[in-house]
This record gives sequence, C-alpha cells and structure tokens, in this order.
Amino acid sequence: MIRYLLKRIAGAVPTLFIIITLTFFLVRAAPGGPFDQEQSLPPEIVANLQAAYGLDQPAWIQYRRYLTALLHGDFGPSYKYKDFTVTGLIAQGLPLSLTLGGVAMALALALGIPAGVFAALHHDSAAGYATMSLAVVGIAVPSFVVLPFLGLIFGIDLHWLPVAGWEPGSVKHLVLPVITLTLPPLAYIARLTRGGMLEVMQSHFVRTAFAKGLPTRTVIWRHALRPALLPVAGYLAPAVATIMTGSLVVESIAGLPGVGRYLVQGALNRDYTLVMGMVIVYSALLISAGLLVDLLYAWLDPRVRLAH
Amino acid sequence: MNASGGRPCGGLWPDAWHRLMSNRGSVLALCAVGCIVFLAIGGPFLNPNRVDALDWSHVAMSPGLNGGHWFGTDRLGRDLFVRTLQGTGVSLLIGLFATAVTLLIGIGYGAVAGFIGGRTDHLMMRGVEILSGLPLIFFVILVSVIFGRSVFLLFVSIGAVGWLTMARIVRGQTLSIRQREFIEAAIATGAGTRRIIARHIVPNVIGPVIVYATLTVPQIILLESFLSFLGLGVQEPRVSLGTLIADGVGDMESAPWLLIMPGGFLALLLLCFNIVGDGLRDALDAQRR
Amino acid sequence: MLQIDSLCIEFRQERARVAAVRDVSLALAPGECVGVVGESGSGKTQTFLAAMGLLGRNALVSGSIRFEGRELLAAATSELNRVRGARLAMIFQDPMTSLTPHLTVGVQMAEVLVCHAGLSWTAAKRKALDMLQTVRIADAARRMRQYPHELSGGMRQRVMIGMSLLCEPALVIADEPTSALDATIHVQVIELLAAMRREFRMAIALISHDLGAVHALADRVVVMYAGRVVECAPATAIFAHPRHPYTAELLRCAPNLSAARLNRMPSITGQPPDPAEVLPGCAFAARCARADARCRIERPLLVQSGGAAQAACHHPL
Repeated sequence: MIRYLLKRIAGAVPTLFIIITLTFFLVRAAPGGPFDQEQSLPPEIVANLQAAYGLDQPAWIQYRRYLTALLHGDFGPSYKYKDFTVTGLIAQGLPLSLTLGGVAMALALALGIPAGVFAALHHDSAAGYATMSLAVVGIAVPSFVVLPFLGLIFGIDLHWLPVAGWEPGSVKHLVLPVITLTLPPLAYIARLTRGGMLEVMQSHFVRTAFAKGLPTRTVIWRHALRPALLPVAGYLAPAVATIMTGSLVVESIAGLPGVGRYLVQGALNRDYTLVMGMVIVYSALLISAGLLVDLLYAWLDPRVRLAH
Repeated sequence: MNASGGRPCGGLWPDAWHRLMSNRGSVLALCAVGCIVFLAIGGPFLNPNRVDALDWSHVAMSPGLNGGHWFGTDRLGRDLFVRTLQGTGVSLLIGLFATAVTLLIGIGYGAVAGFIGGRTDHLMMRGVEILSGLPLIFFVILVSVIFGRSVFLLFVSIGAVGWLTMARIVRGQTLSIRQREFIEAAIATGAGTRRIIARHIVPNVIGPVIVYATLTVPQIILLESFLSFLGLGVQEPRVSLGTLIADGVGDMESAPWLLIMPGGFLALLLLCFNIVGDGLRDALDAQRR
Repeated sequence: MLQIDSLCIEFRQERARVAAVRDVSLALAPGECVGVVGESGSGKTQTFLAAMGLLGRNALVSGSIRFEGRELLAAATSELNRVRGARLAMIFQDPMTSLTPHLTVGVQMAEVLVCHAGLSWTAAKRKALDMLQTVRIADAARRMRQYPHELSGGMRQRVMIGMSLLCEPALVIADEPTSALDATIHVQVIELLAAMRREFRMAIALISHDLGAVHALADRVVVMYAGRVVECAPATAIFAHPRHPYTAELLRCAPNLSAARLNRMPSITGQPPDPAEVLPGCAFAARCARADARCRIERPLLVQSGGAAQAACHHPL
C-alpha cells in the first residue's frame, strides 16, 4: 500500500515537470512582458527591473534558475504585486478557495449519490424522470450564468443573501457561490450513479442478495451501491477540474478573495511567476485527486489490485 | 442476439431516427436548436435595428415592443435582441468550427492508431493518456492570452484540446471494425492503408462520432463563452454570448435584462444540444444492443 | 409443499410480448428432489425465478405458486423476504458473478442469519464458519475473511450451497449449479448436494442441462419444452422408458448417463420455436419424427401415460 503510494507519487513527478516546462515557455511566448503595461516607466528603469528579476537572461538560464528555486520550495516574487511573494499570495487566498471547492465537492457527493440512487430505483416513473431532467439542466447551464441568476433572485429580488462581497468568517457570502460550484458536479454524479445503479441492479450478485431475502434497502446500500459508484470514482478527478474552473469565474463574480483570480490576471499581466505558481498548485491538487481516485477504486472493488 | 426474425427492421439509421423521433424531449430540443439557428441567421433581418447602431434616445431601455427594441437596449443604446442573436451566431460558429477541428484530429489519430495497432497504437494511446492527465483548461487560458487577438487561432487551440476523447472513441471502434471481413477483403485486394482508412474505417465509425460531436458542440460553446466571459475570447466590437453575459453581470442591478436575455439564450442553447446528444446516444445505443 | 398451478409468464418487449412459460403446473413434496430439464429458453429457470419473486419488471405473471400454504405470486416484498433465503433458497448458475465482489465470504453468509434468524453478527459468523466446514471447505476460518475473487470456482459454488442451507430451508432451487464450472468439479458439487440432502432433508428442484446430475440426484424428472411441461415421470421410469419423443431425443443424445456431463444440452436437430409465436399444435411437431397432421393443429395435453408417468403427446412412445 505504502509502496504503491510512493510509486504513484514518483510517477506524478514527470507529469508535473512537463506541466511546469510547458507553462514556463508558454507564458514567455506571449507578446509583452510583466512591466509593459506601466507605460510611465522610462525604458532604463524597465531594463533595471528586468535585470533585477533576471528577465534579461536567456530563457533557458531563467528556466534553470526557476527550477532550482522551486526545488527549495521557492515560487519566487510576484512581478505585479510588488512586495509579495507568490507563496505569500497563494497562502492568503488558498484557504478560502479550498473551503469553497471542498464544500462544493462534499455537497455534490452527499446529494448527488442519493439523487442518482433514487432516480435509478424510480427509473420508469415521473419522479425519476424529473430528477434526471433536472440533472441535464445542472450539467448544461454554465456557472457564470447560474451565479448571476441566483444573485438576481436571492440577492436583488428577495434580499435574502448578499450578491457579492466578502467578510472574513461570513457564511452568508459563501452560500450562492457554493451552490453554483456544486450544481454541475452534483448533476453529473447523480447521472453517473443512476447509470451505475441501473446496471448493477441487473447483475447476478444483486439477484443473489434478493434471493437471500434481504430487505431492499440492505441490498441497495450494502450490495449494489459500492460497485455502482465505480463510474463516480472515475469522475472525481474531472470533478475537481470542473470545480477549479468554476471557481475562476465564481470568485470573480462574487468578489471573493480566493486564488481563482490570480491565474487569469497573472496571465494577462504577464506575471510569470504567479501563473507558474497557480498552475503548479492546481496541477498538484488534480494529481492528488487522481491518486485518491485510485485508492477509492481499490476500496470499491477489491478485485482491483493496487500493486500492478 | 435477437432471435425474433419477423420484426420490421429498417437498418441502423432509419431505426435510430425513428427512436430519436419517439423521444419527445429530443424532438422538442431538436426543434429548439433549429429555431435558435434560424433566429441566429435570419433574426437580425427581422428587427429594424442594426448591431452597432447607437440609439441615444433609448439608452438602457427595458424589454418591450415599443421602439422596436424587443429585448431592450444596453447603456450605449445598442439593441440587445440583435446583439444576442449575433452573439449566438458567433458562439454557434465557434462551436461548429472547433468541433470540426476535434473531428479531423480525433478521427485521423484514432483511426490510424486503431488500424495500425501494435506498438504504434500503444505509443499513440499512451500520448493521449498523458495529455488527458494535464490540466488542459489552464493551457487553453494561457493560449488564449497569447492568441487573444486572433479568434481563428482560438478556435484551433480549443479544437486541439478537445480531440482526445474523440480519438479514443474512434480507436475503439476501429479496433472492432478491423476484425471484420470486409477489411480483410480490402487488404487482400491490395488496397493501401490510407485508402482503407478513408474508404472503409471512417464511414463505419460515424455513428458514435456523430453522437460525441453533438455533445462536443455545447462543450465548446461553453468553453468559448467562459473564455469570453473572462475577457480572453471574442473581443469587442465582436460579440459572443459570453461577452454579453459579462456586460450583463456588471449592470445586473439596474438592468437585469442585459443578463437574463443572453444568459437565458446560452442556457437554452447548451441545454438543447445536450438533450439532442443524449437522445441520439440512446437511440444508437439501443440499436447496438 | 410447493404447488405451481397454471403458471404463465410473459415478457413485455419493445414491439411484442414474448411468452416464456405457458400454463405450467407442477408440485414438489417435502424432501423430494425433482430434476427439471429442457433446452435453454424452455422456461425452466423462469418458472422458479417466479417462485422467488426475482423476475424482471417487464414480466407479466399469472397463475399461482403456493409454498407451505402461502401464495407467493401475490405476496408483498416484505412477506416474500420472510420466505426466500429462509424457507426457500436458491443456488445460481454462475458462482463467479453471483457473489457480491466487495464483501467477504463471511459477511455474505452471516447476513443471511442476521436477517432471518435475528442473530448478532458474531453469532452469525460462528454459524457461517460451521457451515463452511459442513460444505467441506478447507481452511474455513481463512476463507471467511476472503473475497469471492480469491476463491476457486468450485469453492465459490460450495459457498453458495452453504449459504443457501444456513436457515435450513424446506426447498433449495439449484439453477444449473454445475454448468459454469470445470467438468472436473461437476461430480464434487453433485456429490455435495446429495450429501447435504441427506443431512438437511430439504427438497431440491434441480434445474439442469446435465442429465448425469439429474440421474444421480432426482427422484422425479420434469421435461420442459417451449414453455410447457411435456413429460413428468419418476426418474427411474423416464430414464428407462421415455414417453415423449422429445425426452427420448434428449436421452438419445446423451447415451451414457454416467458420463453425460455436458456443458450444454445435447444438440437435437432443428430449432425450438420462436417464443413470440403462438402455435396451435404441438410445439415439438416441427422437429418430431412421429408428428402427423393432428400434431400441427391440436395441442396435446399432459395426460397419464403408463404408470406414474405423464406426457403431452398424441403419439407417446
């Protein structure tokens, strides 16, 4: 088990390396540089700034330098937010972003799985059909439409919740963003659970469980659910990506000081180090999600051998 | 294997079409897509207002039938109806174009990998696996920052990201088709690899490909409007639904229709495409069983 | 004890209704072992799945199945659950797929006792362990903690048999218990069933392709063809002197009964009729050497045909 984990982590290093390399050269391929937008600066000061950050060096030297610093856990200084290191910026915003994403994921699982089971058991009734129709809506409608609409209804019309803004420790400000982030993975999970459940309910071992005279709920929760969740487990890593992508717009619409805005802003500002830092953090999160999925597979189906 | 021989069997396509037509949701969605496409093409001619005409006498007017501004106007007095339809048209075009790119790359890659097989196939699929492990959305964002001014390159980059699943599907289909007699017959008559792929493999993988393509179009429209919403995609003076929604969010409190109209259109469009895709998949799947 | 009367089962399909079982009546006495034979699609499995309440949702069932005085077809699921697994148990064809992959053997066995006998998990596991030893599984304590995929096919079928016997049922339905297993295991499983029958004195409905197994175990044999019972007779009588031409054909294809352990039903020339069709005459007529004009028009009824045997044939042998 531990050996398997170590092997997987070792396997993630090349992936991360590819991502870092690609991003490094991609951001530098973009026209312009980090100090272009400040037109008031005379050229010699820009040159000085570039020299100070080592940006006058050939790309591969910068790359080697960046990797060396990274190995020591140093993401470098932000070019745009002067006096801030990338580590500092991310450390400030990440807890809020992780809370948002984590709660959304937990809710999506906690509501999506029962909804999918319900829809599978009532697949030929109006209730099951209605559940799945709702799921299609949840999958299709994008978060940057959902959140403003929710804001219109619950914020502007009903005055129940704030439309945007943030106070530390306030739960009220997080309700609409969390709902928005939850909907797409919730709908997807419900759909996958339903599909898995429908298939598993046809399987021989479920028939055996019924033949043993077990009550229907025991058959469903003890025998059928775990194998039915295999497709859901496979979706978890994409779900993390979906939530991350969603948080980019949700945080900006709701005015939440998470890390979501740094990626786009950093790219627009040519704040190379900030973009790199964000891509690395997000990629690491995604890779860990993938690892978690593998462990989950092994739990859901003991036939899956971890040490293949 | 269905043993009952007496049942009317109209072949794969007519039967699938019949199934699709018997699914009320799909028919409705298909009609809605048709209406939206028709509106996007013909709509601007129905309305007296021009796309970029500024009507200073009707600034930020709410929707209504007077003044000819059916969806209202924005802060500059531009007609929202025409702008929404134009944005829909742009979104649809991008969706179709980028889907075509994913089709081209995906079918080519998948058919070659599946047909040649062996180590080539293994290596090619390994490549797909590694690529799909990368957080591609970040790269799309970065690429769109780089190529932001060129909508054409944006299409290509979105399409280039979306082909992975298509390649997988085509490869799987190709692998199973390769075993069948008519391919062996084609090989026996000395047809070249390229010819076999173009003449025999591609026409036979078309069913699942169409299903996946109808599901890809809304994904790409979503991605495009997402990028445009962030200010990375389509740039002024061109409009897309994403940019209209971004504008609408800014004026949400004073002029909610600026958000509701384009947002509703986008939601409807994506919803209908998804329903049609699902219906088509069910229709073809049932056929396969 | 089990009394099936004019059972009809139809399956609703997209374009048609397909009859799987047509007007089947049969009875089992306590302690009796009845072999049910017939080709695939003859309706033998569906008949007993109906008794267990395990038919799919698209099945339309009419007739009556009474078990120990209770009507099973009209029973609510909760009432059915008091019977199945406890008084009426079933062993399935494929032990590979019939056990839940993510639960240990111990849990899957013990839950039967927890559910029906109200035992605690500890007590249930103790009894389950005893049962594993009864069905002659070596190293039973270790097997209890293992998952089904860690066991061999034969061992899994022993687990299935043990699981069915935990509550000492009055009737065990064995649906082709050997056909998914290696030929070398067949004898062992049949011998185990015979031994268990001596020990627990339950009745057995042995649904099988394997005429050898039926010969070894059954007191009485029911032959089904195209959803109907075509012959029903004591085992000794049927093997010595089959009445129905179809039975005769089956036996002819498996001449050496002790060696007749085939994976599939011995093949008879021709195809069984399409289950969607309704034939006016005898369903076997098209494949029967003795068939005449009457056979094609008038369906023969199941009647006494010498001694205790019954056959549905206008021209019995």
